[in-house]
Amino acid sequence: MILTFVEHEAGVPEDTTLEALTFARDVADQTDSAIEAVVFGDEGPAVADEVGAYGVGAVHAVSHPDLDTYAPEAWGESVSQLVDELSPEAVIAPGSDRGHEVLAHTAAKRDLAMAANCLEVEAGDSYELTRQRWGGTLLEHARLSGETKLLSAAPNEISAEPADDGGEAAVQEFEPDLEESDLRVQISSIEESDEEGIPLGEARTVVSGGRGVGSPEGFDKLEELADLLDAAIGSSRAAVNEGWRSHDDQIGQTGTKISPKLYIPCGISGAVQHMVGCKGAENIMAINTDPEAAIIQKAEYAVIGDLHEVVPELNEAIREETGQ
Amino acid sequence: MDVLACLKRVPETGAKIVLTEDQQDIDTTNLGFTMSPHEECGIEEAVQIAEETGGSATALTLGGEEAKEQVRTALAMQADDGVLLEKDGAEWDPQNVAAAIANYIEDRMAEDGFDLLVFGNESADAGNYQVGVRVAEQLDLPIVTSIKDLEVNEEAGTVTAEREVGGGSEVYELDLPAVVAVKEGLNEPRYASMRARMRARKQTVESVPVEKEHEAGLEKVRLETPEKDEGTAEILGEGPEAVPEIMRVLRELEVL
Ligand SMILES: Cc1cc2nc3c(=O)[nH]c(=O)nc-3n(C[C@H](O)[C@H](O)[C@H](O)COP(=O)(O)OP(=O)(O)OC[C@H]3O[C@@H](n4cnc5c(N)ncnc54)[C@H](O)[C@@H]3O)c2cc1C
Ligand SMILES: Nc1ncnc2c1ncn2[C@@H]1O[C@H](COP(=O)(O)O)[C@@H](O)[C@H]1O
Repeated sequence: MILTFVEHEAGVPEDTTLEALTFARDVADQTDSAIEAVVFGDEGPAVADEVGAYGVGAVHAVSHPDLDTYAPEAWGESVSQLVDELSPEAVIAPGSDRGHEVLAHTAAKRDLAMAANCLEVEAGDSYELTRQRWGGTLLEHARLSGETKLLSAAPNEISAEPADDGGEAAVQEFEPDLEESDLRVQISSIEESDEEGIPLGEARTVVSGGRGVGSPEGFDKLEELADLLDAAIGSSRAAVNEGWRSHDDQIGQTGTKISPKLYIPCGISGAVQHMVGCKGAENIMAINTDPEAAIIQKAEYAVIGDLHEVVPELNEAIREETGQ
Repeated sequence: MDVLACLKRVPETGAKIVLTEDQQDIDTTNLGFTMSPHEECGIEEAVQIAEETGGSATALTLGGEEAKEQVRTALAMQADDGVLLEKDGAEWDPQNVAAAIANYIEDRMAEDGFDLLVFGNESADAGNYQVGVRVAEQLDLPIVTSIKDLEVNEEAGTVTAEREVGGGSEVYELDLPAVVAVKEGLNEPRYASMRARMRARKQTVESVPVEKEHEAGLEKVRLETPEKDEGTAEILGEGPEAVPEIMRVLRELEVL
């Protein structure tokens, strides 16, 4: 049996969970196993129909009187107890914050190896797998061994597809044995952000600037362009390190991942750690003085020139055309 | 408060990654070395807490002798002490890394100990997402990961940590001693001055030899650079004269 950790929002599974379920189905097919799921929260059982369509036969809905919010160690301990009881072939989680955190706790508690951000698996006695390194700029072929294999599925890489023979999943309640120390870390409150505007990760158009912008004021023209295009504004790490932009704007391996229809990087060279952040962009239009810059190789469209000359003219042309 | 921050030496790659012939590593012939931006923020946080509370900040790495360079970067950022858990040979798997770090901390805990352990959320190269959690579990300490805001309350003996989620943040409160795994954006790491770097070069970095505890459960077989479709850019023009062409593309893509 393959046990999959299901993350959901009010009973609706997250996209990354559906990807992980698709990934789990591949491992299940290879090992001739069934797929089951573990889910937390009062609304957990509501996922049964949707995960059933992805081939899950049974949902283990974890409930405990002291467990009413996210508690990473308690969740990891619960999964660990399920592993003890059900002896699954593998446990698969989405490669999300919670997916990694819960899986790592389970791994530590059971002294099992764990492979993060996997793309492909060849299941045997040990698993030959491909996983992401460097935030996805490099792939690693690795061997994972252990009685139960623990893996997370790389997010936004596997296309989620329901099973041909999907059905309804049966829900079984599972009450873990928890001690006080398991519950010592849990969400104590939730703060809503007062950010305005379009979140970078969801924007349809993104304009961004790097070291080539030259100064904080240099970004004024880019802000203007972003305004005119209803776009979000981003930056490279160099611009953040210079203190010109806040880290919230940073696109890349240690920043935000974007997936717009059009990405317009200005004065950005195209380092691999930046490019993994905009892999999801359908089109890249780079503005750069250097025709040899790596970003030009990776773009669909390129303008060779000084952004301080190109962007103001462009803003003017857009204003004329749209009457803004 | 005494704080320990863990960092890992990694190559500083640029626009292209070249692998060694045996595909085991990145070819570093022409590269410098650095650490993850997450870990840089971890060190900055450790130093700030030490400064505010009159305690100490220790930077620790597990690696070869050459990894002292990154520990010295931390010293130049005003960390007080540096520790190298020295191993030979190839990169270790995350279980062995965590065990060696936890064993060292366990020994230290018996003496003066640490109030807070700071890890990067994930290492820049391996991205295993687990060393911090494994160390916390071995030491039986509370941990929370993916942290972008941290505040210690020495009197209450607690630390408040925030994790960004869509539309806001989750707040966690942990009793000290505790462990956190942090992300870039937590703070703005200081720039180490030339003088600080010179001084750090003369500081001693304690070196402790370590051995693997067990066979690796996760073994690297080989690396591969993913395929990219390169060299297809349509050049729209040079300088402002490209504007009409840019406008055409904006119209075609329906982003105007
Ligand atoms: C572990 C790790 C994680 C990292 N994570 C990230 C990350 O998340 N995001 C990120 O961005 N980086 C990240 N980096 C840093 C990355 O390696 C690069 O250093 C960084 O992306 C460079 O930023 P840049 O392109 O703005 O600067 P540069 O590389 O200095 O490029 C500036 C570009 O501007 C051009 N230019 C100059 N003047 C003009 C002008 N007037 N008009 C037009 N063009 C001009 C130049 O030709 C050049 O191409 C990471 C690094 C490491 C080691
Ligand atoms: N070799 C190492 N030496 C010191 N710290 C490490 C090492 N490997 C990992 N870490 C720490 O553990 C964090 C998570 O690493 P990982 O589990 O590999 O993603 C890193 O950001 C570091 O803080």
